[in-house]
Amino acid sequence: MAQVPIHPGLFTLPDDPRGPRLLAGHCAACGKHHFPAGTSCPYCSGQSCAVEAIGATGTLYLHTVVHARPPGYRGPVPYGFGVVDLSEGLRVVSRLGEASLDALRPGMSVGLEIAPLFTNDAGDEVLSFAYRPRDSGSAP
Amino acid sequence: MSRRAVYIAGVGIHPFGRFDDRDVTQLGQSAVRDALAEAGVGRGGFQAAFCGTVYTGVAAGHKVLGGMGLSGVPIVNVEAGCASGGAALGLGAAAIASGQRDCVLVFGMEKMPRGIIRSSFFPPWCEEAGFSPAPAYFALRARRLMQESGVTREHLARVSVKNHAHGVHNPFAMYRKPFTMEMVLGSQMVCDPLTLFMLCSPNEGAAAVVLSARPAPDGPPIQIRAAVLHSHVPGSALGEHTPMSGLIGDEPPSPTETAAREAYELAGVAPADLDVVELQDTDSGREILSIEELGLCARGGGGQFVADGVGEMTGKLPVNPSGGLLSKGEPLGASALGQIVELTWQLRGTADKRQVSGARCALGHTVGRGANASVIILST
Repeated sequence: MAQVPIHPGLFTLPDDPRGPRLLAGHCAACGKHHFPAGTSCPYCSGQSCAVEAIGATGTLYLHTVVHARPPGYRGPVPYGFGVVDLSEGLRVVSRLGEASLDALRPGMSVGLEIAPLFTNDAGDEVLSFAYRPRDSGSAP
Repeated sequence: MSRRAVYIAGVGIHPFGRFDDRDVTQLGQSAVRDALAEAGVGRGGFQAAFCGTVYTGVAAGHKVLGGMGLSGVPIVNVEAGCASGGAALGLGAAAIASGQRDCVLVFGMEKMPRGIIRSSFFPPWCEEAGFSPAPAYFALRARRLMQESGVTREHLARVSVKNHAHGVHNPFAMYRKPFTMEMVLGSQMVCDPLTLFMLCSPNEGAAAVVLSARPAPDGPPIQIRAAVLHSHVPGSALGEHTPMSGLIGDEPPSPTETAAREAYELAGVAPADLDVVELQDTDSGREILSIEELGLCARGGGGQFVADGVGEMTGKLPVNPSGGLLSKGEPLGASALGQIVELTWQLRGTADKRQVSGARCALGHTVGRGANASVIILST
């Protein structure tokens, strides 16, 4: 079964030697990161943005658990959804690879995973990204 | 530059709810007919029209006015998400203040799909990956309030109970029954901490306002002191522009904060001068966040504001006497103008059992997709 990213240019693929990373834009003019990567900087309008692979780990800032199935969503419910702070100063909105409220808490360390979310109509496994608690299983 | 005074000459509203027997154009026509009749304005009596709507499609306002024999003036359709009606009102007010027009019709209408709002804003992959549900973003903002503003689940429930208590007395609201704390807290969990009864329903409705350089012939003259629309500046991961990323550190001012700042300055009023407020309450947490962003209390004081009952009918500054969107439901293009209709009644003293005694200065606020935030200040 083939694996395809849910959208090109968002994250590294499983065979990438850099491991699971988000592909963020980094502006040469103002130094700020943005995600997803674009050619223009959303902060200073700079036109010299390079793609950087970042965000293997981060710190959970906020989280919720989505119980009702949103229209168009192809993954399992309930699912975790939150905001993760990266060391580069970027704050990323992400699905969370943990759907239990009790297993999530602000400030916890989380790691990026690139994993199949659903199987598309062509039979391919569609990969998406999520952050999962790194100390999952241990009591807070 | 000197600016002319802008007055509300007439208002009209079609109830907010579900109406399978009429289309969106008919909803708009109903509100327009009532507003024009109240203002004593007919064909040829207004020189421009601004129509707020999001889902209606091509030439939405033209269909409303064309079907009534009222076309022939410039008709501009305005999409600014939840603030569409506020954006339309701002354009209309500016046309009169500048002297370009003497009388302008502003209206908004919507027929929303049922359930969690779906829009062309998100590309399909964002929907597939779970990034699109508005309640998930509402929930993250509510949890931020719980972490940073002392807000509890009980506070969130109390906002819903309050607005539903107000809505009981509003014949134009979709939900007109009281809710208890137990009902709100015990309803289905949608996105923690938000339960079903802490969220408003997208629905259908219309509202219209006639603006004029002259006061209405009857009742106290009601003046639009400010009608401001702001969009976002970048940086907040939790902004209403729902980006996929932002920056760590101090949050940039939200569009509600910057719009409010400009509106207070233009109107020459401070939050303490307000007697009644209608503000965005797409969910209970949003009401508390709006209260903070509009400066009705200090940042971080939202939980205490609710605990003290400041926004209740018996409180110092009644918030959402109409029942808010939690009771009325949210027809995007009509919701901001629905607030202006309610506030006009409040300032006229004709709001019946919802009347805030002696109300003379009022604020209406909407914020949403774009991001766009509108802040409108009215006074007698």
